[in-house]
Amino acid sequence: MLLGISLLTFILMRLSPGNFLDTIRLDPQISEETVDHYKTLYQLDKPVLWQFVHWIKNLLKGELGYSFYFNVPVSRIISDRLFNTFILSFASFLITWLIAIPLGIAAALHRNKFMDRVIQFFSYVCLSLPSFFLAMVFLFLASQTGILPLGGMYSPRFDDLNLLGKATDLFLHLVIPALALSLGGIASLQRIMRGNMLEVLGQQYILSARAKGLPENRVVYSHALRNAINPLITLLGYEFSALLSGAALIEIICSWPGLGSLMLTAVRSKDIYLVMANMLLGGVLFIIGNLLADILLAKVDPRIRYEK
Amino acid sequence: MKSKSKEPKPISEFQLALNNFKRNRLAHFCVYLLLALYGMAVFADFLSPYSFENESRQYSYSPPTPIHIIHEGKMTAPFVYGIEFHYDENRKRVFEMDKTKKFPIQLFQTGDEYKLFGVIPCRYHFFGVPEPGRMYLMGADSRGRDLFSRILYGARVSLSIGLIGVLISFSIGLLVGGIAGYYGGGIDNILMRICEMFMLVPGFYLLLALRAAVPDDFNSVQVYFAIVIILSFIGWASLARIIRGMCLSLREREYVLAAKAIGLSDLAIILKHILPHTLSYSIFAVMLSIPGYILGESALSLIGLGIQDPYASWGNLLSDAMSIVRIKFAPWILWPAFFIFLTVICFNIIGDALRDSLDPMLKKAA
Repeated sequence: MLLGISLLTFILMRLSPGNFLDTIRLDPQISEETVDHYKTLYQLDKPVLWQFVHWIKNLLKGELGYSFYFNVPVSRIISDRLFNTFILSFASFLITWLIAIPLGIAAALHRNKFMDRVIQFFSYVCLSLPSFFLAMVFLFLASQTGILPLGGMYSPRFDDLNLLGKATDLFLHLVIPALALSLGGIASLQRIMRGNMLEVLGQQYILSARAKGLPENRVVYSHALRNAINPLITLLGYEFSALLSGAALIEIICSWPGLGSLMLTAVRSKDIYLVMANMLLGGVLFIIGNLLADILLAKVDPRIRYEK
Repeated sequence: MKSKSKEPKPISEFQLALNNFKRNRLAHFCVYLLLALYGMAVFADFLSPYSFENESRQYSYSPPTPIHIIHEGKMTAPFVYGIEFHYDENRKRVFEMDKTKKFPIQLFQTGDEYKLFGVIPCRYHFFGVPEPGRMYLMGADSRGRDLFSRILYGARVSLSIGLIGVLISFSIGLLVGGIAGYYGGGIDNILMRICEMFMLVPGFYLLLALRAAVPDDFNSVQVYFAIVIILSFIGWASLARIIRGMCLSLREREYVLAAKAIGLSDLAIILKHILPHTLSYSIFAVMLSIPGYILGESALSLIGLGIQDPYASWGNLLSDAMSIVRIKFAPWILWPAFFIFLTVICFNIIGDALRDSLDPMLKKAA
């Protein structure tokens, strides 16, 4: 599967007109020998398919190639950026789940009442507001009030701060992109949660739990909730990929130094190995996300384990 | 179901669903709103007072022109005042109304020439003000072009991309899903692995990589089609998977066996007898996936990889707002976002309403 993605990306990148060698050739500081060196190193004079095989061979040796744009090995840049993207995605993920699940439960319990209506209205609005627009508006508000920093990840004086100061600084920078990224997710997750909860609440065992006189809280939180949340965990893996994809755009707008903005730079400068590594990483993250979701599901829902 | 006519007519499932849908007033309203938006896009060159490239740079970021009906204490037909500006101490333009100049707003004002429906040359615009007056209904952009006109022209790109994209990706998705589900086995396996490959990569990354393969020297029409194809390239996989799941159960039905028995070809069975049963799902899936295309195009244009200036799309109009300071002194550049929002919410509401009204049929098909 990952091989397929890599091949696709590789062909796409080779299809694109001009390549990085042309770019570095224009740079008078780089001699013709260096260009030739790269050419032989990555076998660029050979046919495309052979180049690809070469790349895969290197990959298996743990070498991701060399970024022509940044002039450092790809793995160096990627690992930094991966961490940044991870922070952003994780924060947004936490916000989404911590807000959406209680909201969904509340909406289901007050079905068609005022509270439900209000929540549904707002989730429609949030679902339809493009995240990039939200990011812009938040940034604008921040620029007007001056409470939050405008984009980026660190303040210029970040290095002088102590550990606590660093954490606060990072947190303040995180607020806007994470919020912009989460709102849409909250809306959709909340709706799914509400739907699941309503379905479960209509089941017979809820009726019998109520009939035997359990307090309503126990019925809702220990009987209904545990069953309603299972399908969401399966979603979690897919959510992960969507999150990465959404994060990319927000990263670009909020100038957060993550994988997404890296990808844009890489694509623009036709930095082929950087693009390849990025795509591959996207795929790997997706698989990890799905794996985690499966493990978590097996933990939460014993029925799945016993079947095997 | 009671019918008022004497002979009770049998009501088809689709009519039933349609009746259900009509009961949802909000969704009904959204249908009209969408029709209006699409109408705006079709008649953009007639409805807009200026062409999308009509610029006058001295009016860069001129604020929206207020429309007046009272002149020197007397009621008159709607008109606008002339626009004047001077520089303040920061060399920033400050716009003012020049109350001595008055330009009446006229219907069917002659202006920039355009071709109605692409063929009939025409100079009439629905409304406008005579030269040298200028009217900015929603303000001006950096080059003094009328934002309202540009939004109308941009609607053509942004709205049509959703429709064409969905058309392409759904034809691929339905066909692939149908074939995979009908044949099963090895073909199914290969096709589904290909699908998964597309679903595996975060969509936006794939979008960027695909965009990189588009030559730089494409003209704007070519770029437009490239974007449509790229977007539908990403969207088909998830649909194909769902359709395949449905087809797996549909192919076991008796009528499929009957069709096979009378010697229909496999393709004919898939197209005529299996895929129509997935229609109710596809209909609302289409509605709910159109916003994705609109947002995808906007995102690409926003970061400068989509439709290029001077052509307008809602995304590239918004790219002006990427520098946050500009929002402060020209907040009207956020207007395109409002239109994106309006379109997306309409599609979402209609899609949801359709799903609710088609629900009884869905349960039957599943």
